Amino acid sequence: MTVDTRIEQAASATILSVNNIEVIYDHVILVLKGVSLEVPEQGIVALLGANGAGKSTTLKSISNLLRAERGDITKGSIEFQGRRIDGLSSADLVQQGVIQVMEGRHCFEHLTVEENLLTGAYTRKDGGAAIQKDLELVYGYFPRLKERYKSQAGYTSGGEQQMIAIGRALMSRPKMILLDEPSMGLAPQLVEEIFEIVKRLNEKEGVTFLLAEQNTNIALRYAKHGYILENGRVVLDGTAAELRENTDVKEFYLGISEGQRVNFRDVKHYRRRKRWLT
Amino acid sequence: MLFFIEVTLSGLMAGVMYSLVALGFVLIFKASGIFNFAQGVMALFAALTLVGFMDEFGMPVWLAIIGTIAVMIALAWVIERVMLRHLVNQEPIILFMATIGLAYVLEGLGDILWGSDVKVLDIGIPQGAWDWLWDQGIYVEKLELFAAATAAILVIFLAIFFQKTRTGRALRAVADDHQAALSVGISLHTIWVIVWSVSGIVALVAGIMWGSKSGVQFSLSLIALKALPVLILGGFTSVPGAIIGGMIIGVGEKLAEVYLGPFVGGAIENWFAYMLALAFLLFRPQGLFGERIIERV
Repeated sequence: MTVDTRIEQAASATILSVNNIEVIYDHVILVLKGVSLEVPEQGIVALLGANGAGKSTTLKSISNLLRAERGDITKGSIEFQGRRIDGLSSADLVQQGVIQVMEGRHCFEHLTVEENLLTGAYTRKDGGAAIQKDLELVYGYFPRLKERYKSQAGYTSGGEQQMIAIGRALMSRPKMILLDEPSMGLAPQLVEEIFEIVKRLNEKEGVTFLLAEQNTNIALRYAKHGYILENGRVVLDGTAAELRENTDVKEFYLGISEGQRVNFRDVKHYRRRKRWLT
Repeated sequence: MLFFIEVTLSGLMAGVMYSLVALGFVLIFKASGIFNFAQGVMALFAALTLVGFMDEFGMPVWLAIIGTIAVMIALAWVIERVMLRHLVNQEPIILFMATIGLAYVLEGLGDILWGSDVKVLDIGIPQGAWDWLWDQGIYVEKLELFAAATAAILVIFLAIFFQKTRTGRALRAVADDHQAALSVGISLHTIWVIVWSVSGIVALVAGIMWGSKSGVQFSLSLIALKALPVLILGGFTSVPGAIIGGMIIGVGEKLAEVYLGPFVGGAIENWFAYMLALAFLLFRPQGLFGERIIERV
């Protein structure tokens, strides 16, 4: 076997597979009705869909932050690197290399920027020197955080907070980051900047990304593969290129119809005619 | 003038005793947002256990203290297992109610284990007037001086623990945002056991000081009520705030009693702290040192 094919194989191996999971909140509210997806090693996969489609819930069931919100996985299984991980605590998962960056950043407001980053290394046991080295690495990706390392995170801007959240996750030396709605509340220019960094982290550090995003347009530019969720089900999936060319995706999520932009009223109209769900 | 100094000093010392109780509240409130109604009872329980170990098992002081610390840590573990674990993500008021229940359980447990009569606690803390100042004409209790020194050491230790250690950072992280703390792999269960243990140990220190001063009995648990205005003054989330708040209350009530008391017929000391707290609630609800509520617009 040549080196090339071996690399290719490694690259196409599945790092995470979610098999037909069903999630119920508070024992009554059925949110995910059988979601399956696969993430290749060192890939960037996007979870797309409107509000309430189940993107965040999917990510939270992988990282097991669900339990704290009184949610439960009632069916299906989740495998990471070939091993079942559903039922592991989020602390165990972080140690195994799966970490979530939550929607809305969730920085520790009263901690300084640097302290925020250091909390990301909480589960690591490889000593201060290694952690310090990674801190420098994170500052390399986010020079703006280095400038402000002593300010309280609560006083930094939305973009900086998103950087803190991603940097904090990086400090755990993750194999895979579950990134929830990175574009939320950020100016388009900043969104672009954040996605560029995601791409660089993916290429240079080999971090696999599964990201939930409402901004379909930008997500499909950076992701290699996408899943579209509606009402707790996967309704469509394919490579980013395929999805970009799909008429329905264009209609519903990109706002383009027959080559030109359309307004939302027409989209709604079209949507009523077309039934995705069976 | 000498009299003024004496009143101020004794106020400061009394204040430190309040601070010791307030500290335990602050620790738990900071890390879990729970107002622990049982803090006073924890101090009583710790003191009872200490006396019990010394009197009934005949342990030497140092061994009894270590034993009591072990008991407080075990207690923290049980509280987490039986109570907190099942109340994750509940409203603060529900957790508060749970701590009221805890207070009754601990009180009963203390009675069952060690009996309910008043006990003398003597671990060899010097008593009586401090000679050096007594020669200058000022009366200061050695016990209170000892309490102040202990409090100072405790606060320095806690400050280093919170600011410089990995666990301390995790504690502050949990205080800020439970969910985010979970997401970076901090185990809330561990953190809660740690913080309740630490606050149990602080309760032990408070129990020792108050117990040595006025005997170990049920009324010891009522000192928690005096800690309340201290907390409102100093801020619920600030360790230095608890100390300085305690001192202000201590000095304030003594000075008010001596200098304002005669005009209104005395007995100001009993309610002065609460009036001060009320004024703070109106004009500076986060207290002197409480964390500013950061709100981004």
